[in-house]
Amino acid sequence: MKLIINGETVDVPDKISVVEELLHHYELMDRVVMVELNKEVIDHEDHKTQAIGENDSIQLVQFVGGG
Amino acid sequence: MLKIADKTFGSRLLLGTGKYPDFESQKKAVEVSEADILTFSVRKMDIFDKNQPNLLQELERSDYSLLPNTAGASTAEEAVQTARLAKASGLCDMVKVEIIGCSKTLLPDPVETLLACEMLLDEGFIVLPYTSDDVVLARRLEELGCHAIMPGASPIGSGQGIINPLNLQWIIEQSSVPVIVDAGIGSPSDAAYAMELGADGVLLNTAVSGAKDPVKMALAMKKAIEAGRLGFEAGRIAKKTYAVASSPEAGMIQT
Repeated sequence: MKLIINGETVDVPDKISVVEELLHHYELMDRVVMVELNKEVIDHEDHKTQAIGENDSIQLVQFVGGG
Repeated sequence: MLKIADKTFGSRLLLGTGKYPDFESQKKAVEVSEADILTFSVRKMDIFDKNQPNLLQELERSDYSLLPNTAGASTAEEAVQTARLAKASGLCDMVKVEIIGCSKTLLPDPVETLLACEMLLDEGFIVLPYTSDDVVLARRLEELGCHAIMPGASPIGSGQGIINPLNLQWIIEQSSVPVIVDAGIGSPSDAAYAMELGADGVLLNTAVSGAKDPVKMALAMKKAIEAGRLGFEAGRIAKKTYAVASSPEAGMIQT
């Protein structure tokens, strides 16, 4: 399945169907990751259930040092 | 105690977490500062380089309140989206609205800031706008319902200290929500001065992260802010044009 993650087109296994599985795939489960799916912000509580599909545009963002 | 919305904080120092020379000094500076509120930015992840140390992963998160900023936004819509992303972490409900309107001076865009604050208040955020030291804008932000006002002392990262103490004093006098002096602080005396003017808190980053010894400077800032606050509460003496002797004038042995 093709996804656009942080502006880059990537291929991920087709069995990935929800946000949480994508985070698992990239080994991000122990990180604080915020997700935007096709411009919609996805609450962390919805990672388990939010469906993703072919050609979705996803932003994975995090907190970094800032003032 | 610093009270913002329904939250209370023991420390009046809000510490930024950006641009430390290394991860260890960042972590140690945060620790010795005893700050309760830490600011962060929201940025895209490099999903292929996950092993970079990340302060947030290392912190005992229950000891701190996160204050994400919207730095990078140049419009109200961008700032609101950044705030929503931060809140979606489930780790914070406060946001520092920071919408830069000029790349050279990094001064905030007052119109977009006002708009963003209105939108974020509608969405239930605890809103702390970074603003210029404009007295009327500060009043307008408070009237909107902002939970604190954060006027700059001087341009971000400039270390010029408090350029217009009169404006800050006016903002402090008129505000019934906390006033946190944000940006431009260079030295402990700048931070103490802000507190002596009656500020409820000081938010600083570069003054610590850019110091020769960031950890020692974090401690200096903590002490300066405490000293400045105590001085404000104690009430300084009025300035007089001429000297007034502090030793008794009666019973001098020379006469």
